[in-house]
Amino acid sequence: MTHFINLTLNGLASGAAYAALALSLVIIYQATRLVNFAQPALALVAVYAAYTITGLTGSYWIGFAAALVVGLAAGALVERVIIRPIAKTSQLNAIIVTLGLLLVIQGGVGMIWGNEQHGFRYAFGYVGRFSPADTFALAAVGVVALLLFLVYRFTPLGLRMRAAAFHPEAARLSGVKVGLMLTAGWGIASLIGALAGMLAGPPFISPNVFDVVFVFGITAAVVGGLDNPFGAVIGGLLIGLGMSYVSGYLGPELATLSALVIVVLVLSVRPDGILSRPTGRKV
Amino acid sequence: MTQPTAQREKRTAPTEAVAVPGPSRWAALPLPVRHLLSAALGLAVVTGLLFVTGDLTALRIAAIGYTMLAIAGLQLLVGGSGQVSLGHGAFMMIGAYAMALLVLHQPMLPISANLAIIVVVSIVAGIAVGAATARLHGPYLAGATLILAVGLPGLAHRFHDLLGGSNGLNIRTAGVPPFLQGVVSTSEWRALVVWTTVAIGLAVLATISAGRLGRRMRAIRDDETAAAMAGVPVGKTKVVAFVIASTAGGLAGGLQAYVLGTVTPGSFTLVLSLTLLAALVLGGIGSLWGALWASIAIVYLQIWATDLARAMDLSRDAENNLPIVFFGVVLILVLRFWPLGVHGAVQSLRARLRARNS
Repeated sequence: MTHFINLTLNGLASGAAYAALALSLVIIYQATRLVNFAQPALALVAVYAAYTITGLTGSYWIGFAAALVVGLAAGALVERVIIRPIAKTSQLNAIIVTLGLLLVIQGGVGMIWGNEQHGFRYAFGYVGRFSPADTFALAAVGVVALLLFLVYRFTPLGLRMRAAAFHPEAARLSGVKVGLMLTAGWGIASLIGALAGMLAGPPFISPNVFDVVFVFGITAAVVGGLDNPFGAVIGGLLIGLGMSYVSGYLGPELATLSALVIVVLVLSVRPDGILSRPTGRKV
Repeated sequence: MTQPTAQREKRTAPTEAVAVPGPSRWAALPLPVRHLLSAALGLAVVTGLLFVTGDLTALRIAAIGYTMLAIAGLQLLVGGSGQVSLGHGAFMMIGAYAMALLVLHQPMLPISANLAIIVVVSIVAGIAVGAATARLHGPYLAGATLILAVGLPGLAHRFHDLLGGSNGLNIRTAGVPPFLQGVVSTSEWRALVVWTTVAIGLAVLATISAGRLGRRMRAIRDDETAAAMAGVPVGKTKVVAFVIASTAGGLAGGLQAYVLGTVTPGSFTLVLSLTLLAALVLGGIGSLWGALWASIAIVYLQIWATDLARAMDLSRDAENNLPIVFFGVVLILVLRFWPLGVHGAVQSLRARLRARNS
């Protein structure tokens, strides 16, 4: 029973990181109809920036802030320079470009910082059942989700971003700078992705550290529905719990494959996620 | 597989005689025969190359062969039916481990039987994954196959006793058959076995792609709903495309294990799957020729990157990551400026030359 409770608490804490990553995927999907496979790579850059700056200044929190800033800048830059010219051509091309970006950044990080693992500290102590680090992870993601909700629902910026995503033409006619809104969406999404990286990275970081985290993040986003931010958060926590039970009772190597089983099962029943409504398709 | 290549070469000689007099008689041949004859011709060219070059190049030629088969399968799936699979490396892993286990536990079976068994195993795996993911489309399918690519190597660690954990499995396969000893070296023989299989595989893929199934796939790629309304069985065709692609991938993996003699989970990472896709886009997504350029790029870039890194005195990390970065950059640039890849560029060049001559 204690084992079960421990697994549940661990699952919730790691689920927070998956929820954050899923949230960043969903924001971009809502804005550009594109699953950003480069998201883990952007988080990787942010986390390595934090690693370097923490090493230079000796302060974890300056590094933490740097990670968020780097995430924001990287996301906005990628949208503006790489994604926008290609996203117009076809969805397949856009997906492949994000994969290319993933290769470039993972390889680039490996070239600069090396392929070996670096130690990376937690924000707070991580010892014991439901440690301060776990509390911080859940609280941070909760606050971010709440802020995001408030921004999207109650500010002019949020209204413009929703308008740009919902109907670009009409939004442009009403004076919304659609391109700027897309860039802003990517920036915010990558900032949240960077947060996910800071939560999921420790205790060790290496260029491939987020492969598995990304698998769980995308599972969470898909399970919750790529169109639904609430679904992403709920999906993240559910996947965190599920993976924690699978790792605890069946073995950690099977966690990724069980994520595949979950995705396939959920999508067979609800092809657009658990919180989605059916939509019509035009020929 | 056991047929000596000399015999195949003899078969290619009349091909040229038929082909050269006029395109009409060549065009009159049934499609599968034409593709098989082209495959035999290709095999003859490779055989010639093997006798001209040395032992080391033979291994590289073999590597180009199995990589090309894997990419050709992916080409049918992505270019043909428009499904993006990021899990192609996973099927190579299934084929490679199947080969290793067969050699370890059934050492008496000939290589041809092993390859036949691998085809069956890959088909079963392809049906399992393809049927499970048949309802997924676009980004959902890409995500699901990505999970497969990341997750599958974990099995090698989980079933450590059977699959050897992170050290993988080492195998010793039979070398040159007695009657050819002294004529060809072991690596040349391996390259021949690889290319014989690859040539047959490519002929099959080309025939499928040109036939009814290929047309149906392209209809689905262009508009799924319209294809369904025109009577194309969408779900079935998608699963069949997936199964064909995974069979090509599995066979390629089996050949890789046969040539390298070692199978480790570390060589079937997500990066492998992404590199295959990147190379396909680089080579040109619409044609089997694209798969050839792509596989040459994969094999030789690795070598050039190593040389370049040595020459520039870069660190080991830089050397290992250079090909990955290169493929990523190429992927982005090609899609941005040159959407049809190398093959598209060659074709437009040829069209321009023809226009100038006439």
